[in-house]
Amino acid sequence: MKSLGNIRRSFAPWNDPSAKPYISFENVTKRFGDFTAVNNLSLVIFEREFFALLGASGCGKSTLLRMLAGFEEPTSGRILLDGQDLRGIPPYKRPVNMMFQSYALFPHMTVESNIAFGLKQEGMPKADIDKRVAEMLKLVKLEPFAKRKPHQLSGGQRQRVALARSVAKRPKVLLLDEPLGALDKKLREETQFELMDLQQSLGLTFVVVTHDQEEAMTMADRIAILDKGQVMQVATPAEVYEAPASRFVAGFVGNVNLFEGKVATREGATARIEDGKGTSILADNAGEAAVGSAVTFAIRPEKIKVSSREPAGTPNALAGEIYDIAYLGDMTVYHVKLDAGPVVRASTVNSARATDDPLSWNDRAWISFLPDAGVVLTR
Amino acid sequence: MQRLGNAITSRLVIIVPYLWLLFFFLVPFAIVFKISLSQTAIAMPPYVPVLTLQDGWSALMEQLSELNFDNYVWLTEDPLYFNAYISSVWIAGVSTFLTLMIGYPIAYGMARAPASIRPTLLMLVILPFWTSFLIRVYAWIGILKPEGLLNQVLLATGIIDTPLIILNTHTAIFIGIVYSYLPFMVLPLYATLEKLDYSLIEAAQDLGCPQTTAFWKITFPLSLPGVVAGCLLVFIPAVGEFVIPDLLGGSQTLMIGKTLWNEFFNNRDWPVASAVAVILLLLLVVPIMLFQNAQARAQER
Repeated sequence: MKSLGNIRRSFAPWNDPSAKPYISFENVTKRFGDFTAVNNLSLVIFEREFFALLGASGCGKSTLLRMLAGFEEPTSGRILLDGQDLRGIPPYKRPVNMMFQSYALFPHMTVESNIAFGLKQEGMPKADIDKRVAEMLKLVKLEPFAKRKPHQLSGGQRQRVALARSVAKRPKVLLLDEPLGALDKKLREETQFELMDLQQSLGLTFVVVTHDQEEAMTMADRIAILDKGQVMQVATPAEVYEAPASRFVAGFVGNVNLFEGKVATREGATARIEDGKGTSILADNAGEAAVGSAVTFAIRPEKIKVSSREPAGTPNALAGEIYDIAYLGDMTVYHVKLDAGPVVRASTVNSARATDDPLSWNDRAWISFLPDAGVVLTR
Repeated sequence: MQRLGNAITSRLVIIVPYLWLLFFFLVPFAIVFKISLSQTAIAMPPYVPVLTLQDGWSALMEQLSELNFDNYVWLTEDPLYFNAYISSVWIAGVSTFLTLMIGYPIAYGMARAPASIRPTLLMLVILPFWTSFLIRVYAWIGILKPEGLLNQVLLATGIIDTPLIILNTHTAIFIGIVYSYLPFMVLPLYATLEKLDYSLIEAAQDLGCPQTTAFWKITFPLSLPGVVAGCLLVFIPAVGEFVIPDLLGGSQTLMIGKTLWNEFFNNRDWPVASAVAVILLLLLVVPIMLFQNAQARAQER
């Protein structure tokens, strides 16, 4: 398989076998009564990494974060930070800080005192506190609002106060619980890049919890996809998207077309997958899938080409009929009902302006894709 | 047209509480104030002058001219009244403080209890109100008297060997007031503490505060409105409290409520009793109004 890890940045300690993990979850289980929130989970996070925990609500991602912050103790297993076992260390002694989903700003204190709060607890001299607070206010561009109370600020400003307060103490790790959840879409996109810049300039390790895959993809170096208290896959955004480890991951991140079938023949890494109802797909990267075994072929909509005439010279061309067209501006999404039965989602980027779409509803159409455009999933 | 109708309706809604205050507070207060300016007399009602329009305007004006501040002067001349005021404020102050000390942990515990049992706990706080106040205070006599329940238990367990004298002391009054007024402290405190976002405490801990520091820096300041409301609800009625000092405090306890009672019913001196009541009202209302004004202004900032 082609290496996808280096697409984004050259920072990749997870590919370096000698790199020391900064945070490790070792066989961590957390139960609340008879509900298992985190189930025998192991995970490592490296220093200066921007790490995202992605999953639907109730998958255990917030519990992981709260265990790191010290608000919950694991039922079993252990959590190490920089080589130190965190068990029994109360939240106020841990070198991590958290930005809360609700921001949890102290309503009876000004912006300034909110930011200074942690520093005062540390017993930092007043002059240093003032200097650090000024620095933080500048960092989040809130200097004119230093004397305001939280209720006099907008949602975006409050979010920045919360951020400034949580990084003011220069924690080893910053935990962010749905940091952008309360912001509107436009502000959220801006803030994503601000957070990335901040992480770069401060050189901190960020662990962010989110249910928004786009947010995780944009910001994180690596993403852990969680389901029912277990890690489904830990990988870079590109790997998660292009080489999902399972049907769950493929379906959770982005849009995907799944073809269920059996491996009919194999030649090296290339397999022919047939569903027995007339669909036959040639796929590279078949991995370990043995002949006769049940597999799923997963392919992203943008990897599929839609044409009005039968394409020549492509190993995978399936005939069907245009079922639905959605014009989204930047791209057009086609739903093609194949003659063999399944409906396939394919998208085309509208790179040219004002071209007439040759395809229309109920037209005959062919979809085609290269053998390496999709992945073969056995799980 | 409908706008006008709405405007009138909203005015009417505002008028209702004002009318209530006018008829049930201001008018009675004016009557009491007028009596306090009168002179005692053996008559029915037991004071002169009695204002009436029967004899025309000039007679009324003459009656009005008979009113004077002699009773207020009298209050300053006899140290009994001054001492009674001071003693009342002292007893009410100590009781309010004790009620706060006991009520705060109760309210805090209730607010932190699982949401499913909170209604039950709330019910338990209100439950004593279902029994007559008088009966509950009498019950304390049975508990506190030298041969009462408390002493019997303490003697039987060998903790003490001579009975404690609690009844007819200030301690008994404190116990009575704290017991009777506890719900008035707990309810407003519970209301503010329950609203408190627990993530604020977590945030404080996350930023380096141990639990106790987090309490004093976050929980307590944010619960101050509840503390103030609870203290006022206990302090104000406790200053004028009559039944508890009379039943539990014995004859030597000096409280303004008892002084009032004596003036009204033993001495039949309505004008002096009214003057005592007016002064009591001014002593309580004026500082509270100033305080609330200051607080409202502080909140606007």
